[in-house]
Amino acid sequence: MQEIRVTNYPEVLVDRPTHYCPGCQHGIAHRLVAEALTDLGVVDKTIAVSSIGCSVFLYNYLNLDTVEAPHGRAPAVATGVKRARPDAVVFTYQGDGDLASIGMAEIMHCANRGERVTVIFVNNTVYGMTGGQMAPTTLVGQKTTTCPGGRCLEREGAPIRMSEIIASLGGTAYCERVAVNTVKNVLGAKKAIRKAFQYQLDGKGFSFVEVLSTCPTNWRMTPVAANERVASEMIPYFPLGTFKDIAATEGA
Amino acid sequence: MYMDAIIAGFGGQGVMLIGNLLAYAGMHHGLEVTYIPVYGPEMRGGTANCTVVLSDEPIGSPIIHTPQSLIIMNGPSLTKFAPRLVDGGVLVLNTSLVPEETADASRVRVIGVPANEIADGIGNTRMANMVALGAYVAATEVMPLDVVEASLSSVISSHYSHLIPKNVEALRAGAACVKR
Amino acid sequence: MSERVFLKGNEAIARAALAAGMRCYFGYPITPQNDIPELLSAELPKAGGEFVQAESEVAAANMLLGAAACGVRAMTTSSSPGISLMQEAISYMAGSELPGVIVNMNRGGPGLGDIGPSQGDYYQATRGGGHGDYRTLVLAPGTVQEAYDLTMLAFDLAFHYRNPVMVLGDAILGQMKEPVTPHTPARTADPEAASWCLQGAVGRPGRIIKSLFLEDGALAGQNTRLAAKYQAMEAEVRAEQFLVEDAELVVVAYGSIGRIAKSTVRKLRNAGHKVGLVRPITLFPFPSAMLRALADQGKRFLTLEHNLGQMVDDVRLAIRTVADSAFHGHLPGNLPTPNDFEAPILTALGADH
Repeated sequence: MQEIRVTNYPEVLVDRPTHYCPGCQHGIAHRLVAEALTDLGVVDKTIAVSSIGCSVFLYNYLNLDTVEAPHGRAPAVATGVKRARPDAVVFTYQGDGDLASIGMAEIMHCANRGERVTVIFVNNTVYGMTGGQMAPTTLVGQKTTTCPGGRCLEREGAPIRMSEIIASLGGTAYCERVAVNTVKNVLGAKKAIRKAFQYQLDGKGFSFVEVLSTCPTNWRMTPVAANERVASEMIPYFPLGTFKDIAATEGA
Repeated sequence: MYMDAIIAGFGGQGVMLIGNLLAYAGMHHGLEVTYIPVYGPEMRGGTANCTVVLSDEPIGSPIIHTPQSLIIMNGPSLTKFAPRLVDGGVLVLNTSLVPEETADASRVRVIGVPANEIADGIGNTRMANMVALGAYVAATEVMPLDVVEASLSSVISSHYSHLIPKNVEALRAGAACVKR
Repeated sequence: MSERVFLKGNEAIARAALAAGMRCYFGYPITPQNDIPELLSAELPKAGGEFVQAESEVAAANMLLGAAACGVRAMTTSSSPGISLMQEAISYMAGSELPGVIVNMNRGGPGLGDIGPSQGDYYQATRGGGHGDYRTLVLAPGTVQEAYDLTMLAFDLAFHYRNPVMVLGDAILGQMKEPVTPHTPARTADPEAASWCLQGAVGRPGRIIKSLFLEDGALAGQNTRLAAKYQAMEAEVRAEQFLVEDAELVVVAYGSIGRIAKSTVRKLRNAGHKVGLVRPITLFPFPSAMLRALADQGKRFLTLEHNLGQMVDDVRLAIRTVADSAFHGHLPGNLPTPNDFEAPILTALGADH
């Protein structure tokens, strides 16, 4: 069996102290993206599109050519980047408020056009950077600073399941929901992210990976409790799995 | 040299086409030209119209309130535009649809042309617009008619190029009508 | 001289962009500028470029931002309500110092307004339009040939200054046809963009194009740099003067209104009135020095606009210590003709009429 040193990390990942809160899983998602790009040998042809929210600081941790998009518009910016540089590997990295609320139109149409880009969607059920307000993915009953009594189905509607929606669009080649709360899930997430980039490289269409993630600070939980919540509350509502894979449906 | 014209009629009478043709011919004749179709609220009320300006110096306004000439293809257009024609201006009037006596011949120079009848005689009533333009060019002498004839290919798509000789015939018939 | 072609203003803009080497176009349908995306949807792919009909003007402008970050010539076009939706991305582009061309064929407003001409967006165009403290270069063509020439120039200026450039026309300019002499510009690409644009971090650290400056002093530094850039843009100021030399009254009007007023000025000159015209071609930077020089000669001023009075503020600022400007606004919803400007000019001249 091959020995793996856990301290190894891809060169594209910047060696610096994290500013993210203890127990936040953005760092894991960053690393998985870095590993996928490194494994595929495409780091120097990658252009990242960062979004607004905690995710904006992607460019501090990944040594990539990066453009910062206005709130929610990363899929439109990525469209412009990809059309200008069709040979580049282009991805967006967006949170749930950014992608599923203010950026709903952009993500839907980017996917529907089948833009050859990859979207990494980090869903932690809350607006993190602005202080824990209700997000479109906030679970029913979950307390936030703008639904202090808990999200109410009658008043605020049900949390949006983005992967299910994205999978229904014609331009989507690959759509998967993953989590990073266990070693097994991290390995699955790594595989999914790598596959998403591979599909882009193969010109198959739009690829989308939703990463269920923690926000211990705004959930008012310890990192351990937050991680447990992913399994106990999030995964039951946001089931993991492949929602679309055109290679599978083609029988390829 | 300066001349401006408002060309007006029902939608479908081809007023935009002859406006374009006049403008193209002006350009081919070496003049400065502008063409602008009616736009905005004026579009309502059943008339279509466009404005063409021809000049040997750079043109100011492409929009003209008090034109020096008119090509009027139907009654409502006469009502709307005749009062705005300058004193002594040229009014080419389609007398097939508008009685010549409805125009004020004491104030402006009325060129009555039975454009529909003449076009019918040529075998295509839809060419009444060309008859009127032929009369206009003859009456105003803004340019030789052959420049207009040579410009037909600029406004008629190649799919209909077989109709160019008939259009030439209609232009000439209109011009002849003025000379009589 | 190459042969003249007869083009609508909208078509001239599209053809100029193609001739200027535009690689990407992003747009969303809105009257009265639809000829531009319609023409480009057919012609740009043939030229090897990318045409995208976006899901909204919000998205179109952000696509422009993305393409601009890659250092390619890109454009979006719209009309007033759509331009309002683009302001977010334009602000980010200004903050991120990205080059892009935005065309506004100004229509009547406020709100949905109408599809006719208007100059109601002068403030929006010249004051940045979106949030934050920034400027876009604003070019205001008055003829179809100018629409062609200034669209080409817009690409050059956008890359020279790394800044959004707006071409501000209106429904008259977009719909009217005039002869245009097409030409090939000196440059159709911007190789020097390789020093800053995104292309993949090969043998160098990753580049970050952003407008977020949180570190202590960083935003102040950025704003100081931007201010210096806007100052440097003064070199681009352009305006047409018409019969101003011996004029007692100078009419100031831009775009379509400038050319309509020119007809009025001609007519009144023929009647012996000493009136001239200044037609600003760049609205930012504004030809303040030219107007100030004319004011110093003792001339009087009348600003004519197709709005409630917006550019008149800039005219008054330019001449503020020596003169004032009268104002006449022809309100959107009415098509202006040369006749409409006769009485206001005669009044400003103090002549009987």
